[in-house]
Amino acid sequence: MEFFRQTWVIAAKDLRAELRTKEAVNASLAFALVILVLFSFAFDPLEEQTREMSGGLLWIVFAFAGTLVLNRSFAREVPNDCLDALIAAPISGAALFMGKALANFVLVISVELVSLPVFGIFYNVHWTTQIWSLLLVLALGTWGLTVIGTIFSALTVNIRLRELMAPLLVYPMLIPVLMSAMQLTMQLIAGKSLGGENQVWLRLMVAFDVIFTALSLVLLETVLVG
Amino acid sequence: MSAVAAEGVWKFYGDYPALRDVILNAEPGACLALIGRNGAGKTTLLRIIGGFSRAGRGQVRIFGQDPRDIETRRRVGWIGHGIAVYDELSALENLSLFGRLYNLPDPRKSAMEWLERTGLERVKDGLVREFSRGMRQRLAVARAFLHQPSVLLLDEPFTALDDRAIAVLQRLLREALAEGRTVIMSTHQLREALELATHVALLNRGKIAFHGERTAQMVADPGWVYAHYDEA
Repeated sequence: MEFFRQTWVIAAKDLRAELRTKEAVNASLAFALVILVLFSFAFDPLEEQTREMSGGLLWIVFAFAGTLVLNRSFAREVPNDCLDALIAAPISGAALFMGKALANFVLVISVELVSLPVFGIFYNVHWTTQIWSLLLVLALGTWGLTVIGTIFSALTVNIRLRELMAPLLVYPMLIPVLMSAMQLTMQLIAGKSLGGENQVWLRLMVAFDVIFTALSLVLLETVLVG
Repeated sequence: MSAVAAEGVWKFYGDYPALRDVILNAEPGACLALIGRNGAGKTTLLRIIGGFSRAGRGQVRIFGQDPRDIETRRRVGWIGHGIAVYDELSALENLSLFGRLYNLPDPRKSAMEWLERTGLERVKDGLVREFSRGMRQRLAVARAFLHQPSVLLLDEPFTALDDRAIAVLQRLLREALAEGRTVIMSTHQLREALELATHVALLNRGKIAFHGERTAQMVADPGWVYAHYDEA
């Protein structure tokens, strides 16, 4: 119970602080929408090929836009040395990680949910045909993105070039979950279900999420204190 | 049992030993002034005692426990170089947040009590980013004392404080010492520190050059310890 209470306290603090400033969310949302619109000029939305690759485009945009939120996760603790106050507080590293990851997940998935209708319009894609399956893929993919982004945000918090270093470390790590999310999104947009061969990609995503969540829960204390 | 004990603590930054075999202890109710020139290792030692970083060799114990134990952290308060409160939150939200993190029975009530004790009750709903420097510092003091810690670790607590904040901090420290709490403070402001201190430790290039009770001579001449024990 203590773990969940502490997790909620951290998540609520991060969400409240972000909603006051809207720094990360505004930047991320503006970036996602602009890139989606710009890409749509580069590809003819009426061509079948465009629709086939649109799932990939969508996740590239989500990954880039998500990084803008995730980079801020621990960086927001640097001014005023707030990170010291969190390290000194009697909360476990696991609760601190989970609280931050939950807040990031809410922020990133909000940006994605606003971006989806724009994506549908500009790419002439009927993304609602498999809506529940698509939302499941979105949730699993976003959680993978969030977990990796949050732990690397902690790892790079004291590095001077963290805005550069975090993406360089994060994107290679995200390859398995991004590949799965791209494949499944393409299939779902084409009207196919999550059954059959798509199960492999779904399992890969679940395994990725479980493994990296568990690792991050265990490692955050070491990452912050040594 | 010592409130704080450092046993043969070494800390290396690369090959450079920032702390060299530091042996130090503070009994419950003691106020230890940790003094030394810039780069002597005061902040490094305080950060190891506070559990912010780990010793390369040796160990630190707070009431016999590791500083990173959850229960030990509940008993330690910290004031560092930063104010460690959130600019985007109000004063009341900040203290309530830390009250919840320290699992106080009524975080809001404790927060209000400490806002009053530090003279910030009238601006409780104001965002910290709109506060003056002095108000921010008093809020930092309230944050450190909020959970009534048994051990207070203060890194240069009087530096850059305005007169009112110094008065508030000195009053709260006297009350804390009267209640039997232990205070360890690193400082360059010898006069303010020696007025409060019961013990003094001088760090010189990472080594303890002097560790003993504060004497009347030290209060009369704050430079006395440096003159007798500090190598240039």
